[in-house]
Amino acid sequence: MMQQTVPNTVFERIRGDIGQNDVVLYMKGTAVFPQCGFSAAVVQVLSQLGVKFKDINVLEDNEIRQGIKEFTNWPTIPQLYIKGEFVGGCDIVREMYATGELQQLLESKGVSFNQAA
Amino acid sequence: MGMDAQTIEKMIKDGIPDAVVNISDLRGDGDHYAAYIVSEAFRGKSRVQQHQMVYAALQGKMGGELHALAIQTAIPE
Repeated sequence: MMQQTVPNTVFERIRGDIGQNDVVLYMKGTAVFPQCGFSAAVVQVLSQLGVKFKDINVLEDNEIRQGIKEFTNWPTIPQLYIKGEFVGGCDIVREMYATGELQQLLESKGVSFNQAA
Repeated sequence: MGMDAQTIEKMIKDGIPDAVVNISDLRGDGDHYAAYIVSEAFRGKSRVQQHQMVYAALQGKMGGELHALAIQTAIPE
């Protein structure tokens, strides 16, 4: 992978976002207007679970778009963070939702969601 | 753009020698694949770590030349 030197201000910005918000989704587009199927799929999972989250549109911020991939050594968007911890991209979030692991993780981290989902 | 299934399979096997790889072309456009990968090397690792091993095997192709590869990893029974 072409190793761009990412100014650490980007990492600081990222740490700020994932530190101040329980659930953060780096995505293409916004929660209301996702602009990529994979991002939309994660938004759908979070909405079905009634989880409040901060959406960050990487399409409007190229520095974050590159920085977030370096930050987690994860090459794609979307990326979901819960309590500052990288949970995964679309595949992992959907798999965890299907097996109930995502609900367990939310519960263990004290993040509210509607149990019925 | 895009990669063919054989190249993807070969890269994954080069990177994870014992992997059993099953690739399906989701849309037949050479750009949207799903890969189911079983390997002993995944044992004891989190899903994120398992997927990162697959991305490493794909040597930076993921997210660039290879737009969409849905990954599912598993440990041999």
